[in-house]
Parts: sequence; C-alpha cells; structure tokens
Amino acid sequence: MIDKLPIPRWARRAIIPIIIVPLVVLYPEYYTQLGTSQLIPTLSTAVTMTVFVCMAVGLNMVVGYAGLLDLGYVAFYAIGSYVAGWFASTQFASHSIVFGAVGVQSNAIGIHISIWLLLPVAAAMAAAAGVVIGLPTLRLRGDYLALVTLGFGEIIPQVVRNGDNMFGTGFNLTNGVAGITPIDPMGFRYLHGILPFLPDNFLLTPNLDVWFYRVGLLLVAITVFCSIRLRDSRLGRAWVALREDEIAAAAMGVPLMQVKTWAYASGAFFGGAAGCFYGVYQGGAIPDNFKLYISTLLLAMVILGGMGNVWGVCLGAAVLSYLNQQGLGAIGNTINSNFGTNIEITKYEAGLFGLLIVLMMLFRPQGLIPSARRKAEFDVIKEEHEVAGVVVG
Amino acid sequence: MSTEAAAAPAPAAGPKGAAILETRAARKEFGGLVACSDIDFVVPERSIVSLIGPNGAGKTTFFNMLTGAYKPTAGEILFAGRDVGGLPPHRITKLGVGRTFQNIRLFQTMTSVENVLVGMHCRLKGGLVRSILRTPGIRREEREALVRARELLRYCGLSERVDDEYSMNLSYGDQRRLEVARALGSEPTLLLLDEPTAGMNPQESADFTRFVSQLRDERGLTILLIEHDMKVVMGVSERITVLDHGEKIAEGSPAEIQANDRVIEAYLGSGAAGSAGAANGATT
Repeated sequence: MIDKLPIPRWARRAIIPIIIVPLVVLYPEYYTQLGTSQLIPTLSTAVTMTVFVCMAVGLNMVVGYAGLLDLGYVAFYAIGSYVAGWFASTQFASHSIVFGAVGVQSNAIGIHISIWLLLPVAAAMAAAAGVVIGLPTLRLRGDYLALVTLGFGEIIPQVVRNGDNMFGTGFNLTNGVAGITPIDPMGFRYLHGILPFLPDNFLLTPNLDVWFYRVGLLLVAITVFCSIRLRDSRLGRAWVALREDEIAAAAMGVPLMQVKTWAYASGAFFGGAAGCFYGVYQGGAIPDNFKLYISTLLLAMVILGGMGNVWGVCLGAAVLSYLNQQGLGAIGNTINSNFGTNIEITKYEAGLFGLLIVLMMLFRPQGLIPSARRKAEFDVIKEEHEVAGVVVG
Repeated sequence: MSTEAAAAPAPAAGPKGAAILETRAARKEFGGLVACSDIDFVVPERSIVSLIGPNGAGKTTFFNMLTGAYKPTAGEILFAGRDVGGLPPHRITKLGVGRTFQNIRLFQTMTSVENVLVGMHCRLKGGLVRSILRTPGIRREEREALVRARELLRYCGLSERVDDEYSMNLSYGDQRRLEVARALGSEPTLLLLDEPTAGMNPQESADFTRFVSQLRDERGLTILLIEHDMKVVMGVSERITVLDHGEKIAEGSPAEIQANDRVIEAYLGSGAAGSAGAANGATT
C-alpha cells in the first residue's frame, strides 16, 4: 500500500525511524498518560528492555552474522555485572580507592570507580573472556561448538556462586551466593557542575528510572551503531562468508581463527557493557540472575526478531524482555480479573516461550523482520519444499 | 609411443623461466589410503599447466595440498621458492595462490560484488575499530575496493546487472565466472582452476579456454587447471601432468601425452594401448 504513494525512497526509509525514535526516546514523558493498565510497560521494565536489546544485538553478531551458535552468552552478562561489583562497591574492603564515584565518601573502604569508566572496562573484560571461549572452540563446528559455549555459560555462574573462597585460600572474589551488593549508583558527578540539569546521582532524582532509561537507550544506540558499521565492513563480510562456507572463505584468504575470535570478542563486548549497566541498575551482582535461561531467552530474541537483522533483533528483544519482565504477569492478571479465573501465567513462562519459538519455526522461521540474506535463503528452502510437494506456512 | 617422457625427472625449468610452483615427493595419506604418492611436479612461471587423470586419481587432493586445505603427509611444496606445505589456506592465498572449486562454492547469499570483496580480504586492511569509526582511510579503501571489484567482474565477462544480485541467483556460467573473479580478487600470481568448464556447453568451454589464455597473457598469471574436457586441455595447456591412482604417470606437451601408452592405458584400460590411434582420435 505504502509503495503506491508518491513518496521518494529516502523519505520512505526515513518514515519508520522518524516515528519510532521519538516514541522510544520520549517514552518517560508520556507513558503515564497511556492509562493505568498494568499492560503498559513501566519505566523499570523499559530499562530492562534496553539492557536485553543491547545483549541480543551483541549475541546477533556471533549468531546472526558469523553463524556461530552461542548458548552461553549469559557469561558475558555475569562478567559485566561482576566488574561493576568489584570496582564499585565495598567488596574489596582492604583497599580504599575512590575515583570519580558517585554517592560515596572519598575515604570509603573498597574500590569505587566511576561507572562511566567501568562500562568500557566491563566490556573489555567480557571481550577478553569472549576470546578465551573462542580459542578452544575455533576448531569446532555446529553442535560441538554449541556444547562448549553451553559449558562456558554454566562455568562462569558456578564460579561466581562458589567464588567466596577461591581455591581454599579464603580469598573472597565474588561473595558467593549472596552476590555483591550494593553497587555504587550512577550520576554525572563532574558534568553536573557545568550542566546542572544532569543529575549528580540518579538515586537522588525523583524518578531514577528516567535517567537509567536514557543511559540504557544510549547504550542501545552505541551497540546498534557499532553493529551496523561492523556488518558493512571488511570484517562483517568475512563473517558472512564464514557462515556461508568456511572452506571457501579460508581459500579466499579469510583467516578463520582470527575472524571467529573477533566475532566472539565483539559480541561479548556489548554483553559485558550491558551486564555492567544492569548490575548498577539492580544495585547488585547476584548469581541467581545468571542462569542458562537468560542465554536461551537471548537466543530466542535473536531468532524471533530475525537472525542477522539488527532492527529485527531489537524488536525481538524488546518484545520478549517485555513479556518476561512484566507482560506475561500483566496478561495473566488481566485474564484473571476479567474472567474470574486463577491462572498464574508466569509459572508457564518457559513453556510459553518455547511454544512461541516452535510456532515461529513453523510459520515464520526467518523471524519477524528477517535480513535480506536470510530471506533469500528461506525463499530457496521454501521453493525446494514446494517443488517436493511439502506445504510450508 | 614410449614412456620416456613420463620417466624423465621433473625438469628444473619449463618453457617460460623459473618454476613458480614445485612439489618434491609430495604425499598425502588418509589412514592407509595413499591419495597422492610422492609427486614431483613443476609449474613454470607464466605457463598454463593441466593436471588430468581418471576420476579418483588424486587430482583434487593434490590441489587441496597446494592450497593448504590438506597438510601433506610428507614432501615439500615450494611456492615462489618458499615451503608452503602445511600452512593454513589463508596464508597461502596471501602469498599469491588463488583457486576455484570443482563444485562451485560461492557465498550464496552475498552479492557478486560482495563475493569479490571477500576475495580481496587479504589485500585490504580495515580493522575492527577503524571500521566502526569509518575513518577517511577506511572509506577510501572501501571505495577503491568496490571499484576494483566491479572492474574484475567486467573483466571476467559479467554484466553490471549481476553486481548486486545474490550469487545463488546467477546462471551457472556466470557463477563459474564469478568464482574466477573472486579468486582474482586476492591478486594471485598462481591461479588454480578445478574443473572450470564442468557443466559448460562446447561454446562456453571454448570461450572459457580463450579467457584462460587471456588471463595469462594480460595479467601475467600462471595457471594450473584440473580438467576433464580434453578439447580444453589440449587447446590451452603448454604442459600436462597425468595422475592415476595417486601417482604421476606422465608429463609432457599435449602431443606427447596424447601419444603416451600409460596415459591411454589409464583412461581406456590395458590392451587399449595397441589401438592408440583410435584413442588419439577420441581425445583430441
């Protein structure tokens, strides 16, 4: 329908961003006017959504671009959170280092570094971990690779859960099951002096979620930007080539090991940053948050949205993280109050997401907004099936 | 009608100067199976050399050793005087060996231009951080690469229509051409073509034969091809090496090979050598 209107190409391409970007950015300003239904995402949910969008876009670089299945992405989230925990809390109480931190005394015990500095540090540490996981898996393919990443995704949470007495030396790295809490707040300690509308400390603002939401959106913007730039680069082309045909890619001069390692590292980088931010937002790094469930949920976001397409993955991540955080519970409550039933829909969460994935695979395997490449691939599969007389949705 | 041509040791230099590629007793075993048995082989610079032999003779295995896909069990592979045996494929490509595949292995959901750009990977420098920042240097590099990729596509006889078409949507002949263009992207000095005319009709084969000569004459490439189509082989090659059961059984000019008893035997079975005249008629 829109194709028939006399709108130039660039304008058509711009329409959707011009509508969506303000809607997203200005969400804190108008969401209270949307009504009191509990289906309306709260700002807290919105912050969580930004975190998951970042992580899903990061995972998409590994899975969608380079075609390397990663079932342990939660590890990078954990590493990011623990970097925040180590360097912005009282965890290492024998030290007293304060550098640019917000809301702590200058002689406070523990290490307190500005969160703004910790975000890139967390990202870099996650990227380093990405290289570590990448190296032993470089020779593996398909199922074997998935298994190793799955193991890695289990090892890190186990290490943090049991890291309160490292190797029996009494060294408390992670504070065990209790996790590291509280983590220092965020704030514009220095910029506040120059631009007073930037709050000194998010926790002291009337609605702290607004500022976390804005920072979350900034992270999303950076992640999406980098993701698109990489996709269109020499490295991005090598990733696609690798996904298509490893042997041909190597014969064309693509160094497989190096390129795969970069894929893991750059994917992990954004997972680490998002994990650090989420740790700060939640005020702690808690081992129970880092479950296999998160890895599979992230993978589901990538698949639902459309593997390889940044915008699709953003949509998939937003939808699933909303449902996970608030939507399912709200839908359940709405059903219960309207029909007088008593269903705890959140209990069936994992099952419902599983069902969603099965339905997607049956009816729209290429995802909500597939990339052009994936679409072409699936079109061929569909054609072949039609020739073979198999009905595809 | 003698086997002297085959029995003679590999000549140190061919018709056009020094050897660009030389294998010394190159051997590949898979478990107990000897796929390539101690092959001595020389490709002189700027020559066109064919590797022929019945199915299963070990030609593609030999190719895969040359390009690094397989590590030789024993022996040496010298490219431009350097032992490249066992180096990973991308290193060998960077040194200047390009290849195509027997069963076309294009990147299917990449456009023609993107396929060639991947071929140029080792000649481009764009790293991770600079690609994200898209520095002026990267912009220039990408722009120039794109121009060169288009030039290569034109050179290989592909029309502008296919530039932004996914390679899987190209016609068979165009896919073959695109594979050559992609290989040329890595700026090889030695180009290995694995059955490039398989599936082509006689007209296309003839065109391709001309194109191979053109590649050598205009670009100064050395070309080594595996080929089954005797018309192509005899028409284009200066030297021919024949493999059978993983062993080199003959080597020489097209005329020498056509008259070689062991070659005829390998292709037509023992007892056929007597009626070599008929066999010659069939293969030329």
